[in-house]
Amino acid sequence: MVCESWKAKLDTYLDGELPEQEMRTFDAHVRGCTSCSADALARVQMKRSVQAAGKRFTPSTDFRRRIEQSVARKPQRSFRLGWMVAAAAVILVVAGVTYTYVETRSGRDLAYRDHVFSEIADLHVSTLASSSPVDVISTDRHTVKPWFQGKIPFAFNLPELQNSEFTLIGGRMTYLDQTPGAHLIYDARKHHISVFIFPERALSLSLSSSSSLSLSSKLPASLDQNSPSPKPLPFNTETWSQGGLRYFVIGDASPADIDSLAKLFKAAA
Amino acid sequence: MPLFDQLYNFAHWLTQNREEAEDLVQETYAKALKGFSSFQLGTNFRAWMYRILRNTFLTSRTGLRVTMMVPLDPEEDGPELVVEHDTPETLLLERSNRELLQSAIDELPVHFREVLLLCEVEEMSYQELSETLSVPIGTVMSRLSRARRTLRDRLRPHAQAGTRTVEMEKGTIHGL
Repeated sequence: MVCESWKAKLDTYLDGELPEQEMRTFDAHVRGCTSCSADALARVQMKRSVQAAGKRFTPSTDFRRRIEQSVARKPQRSFRLGWMVAAAAVILVVAGVTYTYVETRSGRDLAYRDHVFSEIADLHVSTLASSSPVDVISTDRHTVKPWFQGKIPFAFNLPELQNSEFTLIGGRMTYLDQTPGAHLIYDARKHHISVFIFPERALSLSLSSSSSLSLSSKLPASLDQNSPSPKPLPFNTETWSQGGLRYFVIGDASPADIDSLAKLFKAAA
Repeated sequence: MPLFDQLYNFAHWLTQNREEAEDLVQETYAKALKGFSSFQLGTNFRAWMYRILRNTFLTSRTGLRVTMMVPLDPEEDGPELVVEHDTPETLLLERSNRELLQSAIDELPVHFREVLLLCEVEEMSYQELSETLSVPIGTVMSRLSRARRTLRDRLRPHAQAGTRTVEMEKGTIHGL
């Protein structure tokens, strides 16, 4: 099969470890190949399951205290040696704190962003896989928008799609981190695109810490340029905040289509 | 404490025993303090700490016993399996069976378990894995690939059994 050579490198691709040029070629292939994209999705799911299952053991408070005391304790052998060990301990803690600040802070931000994008990708895929992906079926924005009244705690505008390549399919309620939001599905040249809208304030605790990072990013090529290990998914996304709402646009359509739909929403908001 | 929770989690996965994991972490910090002069500022502090922990484990009684049991198969990447429709991944997720996955990871040989956990849980890059495990990047890649394949192979019978159970349940419902 043609795909066998791709599949041999699929894990390396999903680990974000292929050379940049090859990553881009792989992105293009996975987007167009249903077999490879299904396989990629299954392996991403497995990676996430292993990640969750792997965080299994937690040290006891008693053990933590014991280690802290043993690290802080000065040996009694000699004054000079004592100072050397104390200095080493200080350096170790400083290195650790520096590491924790640099790695963990950015790690947490990146982890949260990864988490949000993963959730959005999951919502997009699982909805499209459903036999009834939308609860309100209409191409008319004046039918779809009022349907959300009383179901979600905010209001939003939908763009006029005349003379555009997009068609509204319908909408449904959704949730992200226990926050209710709107999920709209559009068609563009036979590609399904999801638009998610959530109140920014409800997500702000987590997203504000990421505000310095560009959330307006594309998966998988540049989730973030600083990301040490991008977690590629076969979708293009765009996200932004406007009028107190957080928007996510995701789909397997081209980046240009995703961007066009995002611009229509930005203009309508 | 830098990396304390992560090191303990990894130590417990390696030793599969709480007391031994605590001893291992304690010894790791003691060695890190004692040998801090060997740490080169600007190099990877995390890889250095994990390397100390791993080396300490490998020279411990449990580590020696475990590594004696590692099969001497070559570090070569075999052919990829063709993916089936009902993959262990999807069925596992559907049933959210974390315990099943944890027990499958537990049963992996230690050299597969460690590379898989460091990659997926600690999200180490191949370069970091290479530094931590003291093996070339090519070995990291083939070992990781084989670890994943072994895990999938071990989950497949459970996944198939799960499918049969679900089908039987469906049959029962239809029969009512």
